Amino acid sequence: MSIGSVPLRYRISVDRDQCMLCGRCVDSCPYGVFRKEGEQIHVNSRVCVACHRCISMCPRDAISLVERPVDYRSHPIWTPQVREAIYNQARTGKIILSGMGNAQDYPVIFDRLVLDACQVTNPSIDPLREPMELRTYLGKKPSHLNFKTVEGDTVLQTILSPNLMLETPIMIGHMSYGAISLNAQQSLARAVTECGTFMGTGEGGLHESLYPFQDHMIVQVASGRFGVDINYLERGAAIEIKIGQGAKPGIGGHLPGEKVCADVSCTRMIPEGSDAISPAPHHDIYSIEDLKQLVRSLKEATEWKKPVFVKIAAVHNSAAIAAGIARSSADAVVIDGFRGGTGAAPRVFRDHVGIPIEAAVASVDAKLRSQGIRNEVSIIASGGIRESADVAKVIALGADAVYIGTAALVAMGCRVCGTCYKGLCPWGIATQRPDLVARLDPDYASVNVANLIHAWTLELSELMGAAGINSIESLRGNRDRLRGYLLDENIMKVLDIKTVGA
Amino acid sequence: MTELQDAIRIDTSGMHYTPLNRAIRAAVTSGVRRIHLDNIMGQRFIADGLRGNVEIVINGVPGGDLGMFMSGPTCIVYGNCEHAPGNTMDAGTIVIHGNAGDAVAHSMRGGMIFVRDDIGYRGGIHMKQYQEKRPLLIVGGSARAFLGEYMAGGLILVLGRKGRSPLLERGIGSGIHGGKIIIRGDVPDWNLGVGARVDKMTEEERGEINPLIEKFACYFGLDPQPFLTDPYSIITPSSARPFANKYTWEV
Ligand code: SF4
Ligand code: SF4
Repeated sequence: MSIGSVPLRYRISVDRDQCMLCGRCVDSCPYGVFRKEGEQIHVNSRVCVACHRCISMCPRDAISLVERPVDYRSHPIWTPQVREAIYNQARTGKIILSGMGNAQDYPVIFDRLVLDACQVTNPSIDPLREPMELRTYLGKKPSHLNFKTVEGDTVLQTILSPNLMLETPIMIGHMSYGAISLNAQQSLARAVTECGTFMGTGEGGLHESLYPFQDHMIVQVASGRFGVDINYLERGAAIEIKIGQGAKPGIGGHLPGEKVCADVSCTRMIPEGSDAISPAPHHDIYSIEDLKQLVRSLKEATEWKKPVFVKIAAVHNSAAIAAGIARSSADAVVIDGFRGGTGAAPRVFRDHVGIPIEAAVASVDAKLRSQGIRNEVSIIASGGIRESADVAKVIALGADAVYIGTAALVAMGCRVCGTCYKGLCPWGIATQRPDLVARLDPDYASVNVANLIHAWTLELSELMGAAGINSIESLRGNRDRLRGYLLDENIMKVLDIKTVGA
Repeated sequence: MTELQDAIRIDTSGMHYTPLNRAIRAAVTSGVRRIHLDNIMGQRFIADGLRGNVEIVINGVPGGDLGMFMSGPTCIVYGNCEHAPGNTMDAGTIVIHGNAGDAVAHSMRGGMIFVRDDIGYRGGIHMKQYQEKRPLLIVGGSARAFLGEYMAGGLILVLGRKGRSPLLERGIGSGIHGGKIIIRGDVPDWNLGVGARVDKMTEEERGEINPLIEKFACYFGLDPQPFLTDPYSIITPSSARPFANKYTWEV
């Protein structure tokens, strides 16, 4: 008791003049903020997580929410967050788990990069009139082609590696069934199928109801090997080995038993209610040679018909690691920056481990080019892609395509409240509670997600057109179309870009 | 053992694993029920992802990940095995007339592995079970450190056939949260990993393992008798939630 309770995180208040006592807020809040007593709505702000479900449901705009209604004595170093983490740990003696992505106030490199546009000397292109080529192929490209002439015809002799064909360089990253609901996965799957792109299954197996979309699903093999069997591997359009995750580089994952309901247990292939523990490393990979062994085992199991991706967290020596991956027979390397989202990660990892995706992609691309092996793997950037401009910028820094995660959830209603780990997501996304899952209707949510991908794709083609570029291939690694605005010289060297005005 | 029809023999001298696996698949598809692989020398991934009712007799020393993702076939190895035979295996049987390397039965989900002699480090790591699928690893000799690490289901049985204590090393069952490790003889506490506990075997458990021991002995032409009455130690999780007490939520 010596520490006492910490101040309220959010204060909810109801404007009694506006309120019509419809009770929707009471029904919509799974945390129990609201209750109706007589002719009044009463609130318990202490349990509010700022998910905004009540606010979006209230027909009278009667609800308001204020963050940190109680001030601490202000101090630039001893922020409320720092103080509250100490209170928490002084009480419990435990590691703090938190949700969503990096919450530390690091500068965002994307926001210090500006794109180019044509004026006078080279004409811009109108995407309405001219074809814009956004189709992207992921996978190995041959370093050269051999042909032979057979009876006057030229025939390709080089055996090509399988590639994924994307109609837009925007894919949806791995969010497992278990971390998110089946309705959420179905919505995403329908959206990517509609848009001609792909999504990841996450480490949770592939639920039967997603089989119709399997040609647009990338199946994941992570250290827990949950849900992995030959049937699963053969269904995926590609296979992704998850080595690390941007939100928590270097550590494993842990789906608490409470979230392993009957259906989740069946796709993960573990008993109901048991913890699903993914160890930090794959215990058959202790070196880059071992990684090659796993890549090849997956190719061999699927008769070399599927591209195999390897996902790593963006860390200090990502470039050297990616060069190793490029030589492992893998077809793409996914780099997950330190802003990547997650259902739950130790706060100290989420906020302090890893590097930004912008720097990681640029250095990986540069390293692969300098070693002459850029064609061996595609680069997929993920972790903190918030809008189409980020997509354009990261492609100009060398990526082939991106994975979005949080942005796709936001398109389905997610308010980035960061409390996925409670398993009570009021938007039916990060929950397995049937009444909450039922709130997310795949008929609508899939349209919302597809709309987002379409809109970004349109913006991307406009940005390219304005820069006089009519093919995504010509944007890729085209650092000349980027300038750094108030970035320091070292970062610009890593990104290999010039400053504005130069 | 049942008489299998339609046997073929492949001389694998100098053969890379991809054409070898292709030949195996083609044979299985065409209805071959037994395949003899002669002169195996380090080819990896034999029977990787293979389905079907086929017996593969491997003469020589196969490379790593024998029977990975395998779902149904039987592999009988006359020789030692490299690392991780039965990696993420789904169903089927692997019988090894010799030793095997590290991470035997890694993440195995179903089926059986019989190793006549010793295995390396981290045997049975992260084995798991689900419904009727309960993987089994029987080691005739001894196992090195971190046996059954992160184990989530299934059964590991170590017989210590050569008369010495089957496990001389530490970390048995560290992070175990399901399944069972059974070791002949006593297992002192200092051999246990974090989260594991040791108990004496019950008669019920003996009733469960004796048929398995007989099966093991039958595969290798050994006398099961000495193993049927000896005392065994049972290692199980001390909690189904080994990590539950490590964390506190932010809010
Ligand atoms: S939803 Fe709005 S109008 Fe309805 S009871 Fe709640 S505060 Fe009042
Ligand atoms: S998905 Fe997570 S962050 Fe988004 S609204 Fe649901 S609980 Fe909150």
